[in-house]
Amino acid sequence: MSEQIDEGLKSELQKQGIWVTSTQELYNWGRRNSIWPLQFGLACCAIEMIATAASRYDLARFGGEVFRPSPRQADLMIVAGTVTKKMAPQIVRLYNQMPDPKYVISMGACAISGGPFKQGYNVLKGIDRYIPVDVYIPGCPPRPEALLHAFMELQRKIDGQKLTGENKAAHLDRAQPSEFPVPAFGAHDLEPPSNLDLFRPPQIERV
Amino acid sequence: MTPNPYFFIVIFVGVAVVFPLMPLGLAWLWRHFFQPPKPGAQKNATYECGVESLGEAHVQFQSQYYLYCIIFLIFDVEAVFLVPFAVAFTGLPVGAFVAILIFLLLLIEGLVWAWSKGCLSWAREKSVE
Repeated sequence: MSEQIDEGLKSELQKQGIWVTSTQELYNWGRRNSIWPLQFGLACCAIEMIATAASRYDLARFGGEVFRPSPRQADLMIVAGTVTKKMAPQIVRLYNQMPDPKYVISMGACAISGGPFKQGYNVLKGIDRYIPVDVYIPGCPPRPEALLHAFMELQRKIDGQKLTGENKAAHLDRAQPSEFPVPAFGAHDLEPPSNLDLFRPPQIERV
Repeated sequence: MTPNPYFFIVIFVGVAVVFPLMPLGLAWLWRHFFQPPKPGAQKNATYECGVESLGEAHVQFQSQYYLYCIIFLIFDVEAVFLVPFAVAFTGLPVGAFVAILIFLLLLIEGLVWAWSKGCLSWAREKSVE
């Protein structure tokens, strides 16, 4: 929709004090400046997340300081820390209980892949096995600046989401799911070990 | 001509009705044209910190609890009077001392009465009705 407005005309009008926008731009502008995260932390990354929200790094500059204690009011899930297999079903269930549109930041090596505890019997090797992740931040733990960078990346992503058309945002698409299956505790591992619609385990090619 | 003084209340009521209805209407239009609702079994489930909720939310407490509330009052009132009594203990005249002692005895009598009625044993049999 914003493509229909001539950029030159837009800036010309802006110089005259007339602000032209589209529904999509207005919608995304509002959304990206009020991303409310879900208030939960899993491990040491949560300390960095708390520091990011506090006054020194001041997440409030990006409109994301309102940590919600209920998934019903949250837009963003920051998976901050090691996800144990005991905890994974609860995280997926919380993600499912968040209203659309919802986003996930996978913070730190553990949430991405299991990190230093990857070989542990009880550590999930990445939360992206069960829920779709929008932004990954490497680090162990990532510094608050890295989380701020992830926030800005997410804002950029939200800004680029389309309201209509073929590749519109997932939450506007009726065909896209809003809930993902919650893994169950099996005899030896979570059942299923990963959601194959979302995640393909890397294949080792031997030559 | 001055307007009817109640005319402002009419305006106020009109604004009070339209103001909340407008965002609700906009949200309805948004849902209708852009964002399809996606309800689901888990999304609509009771929020219990990510854990599946168990049992009924309407838990009934036994009416026996009221006895405990009443007996609690004995100790509650007693504590309120005992603290100033203890602070001023050395400077008290004999009359005040006797007065507080009578007060304590009254409360203890209530406790003894409740105890003898069997109020302090939790799972009471039907015989103590």
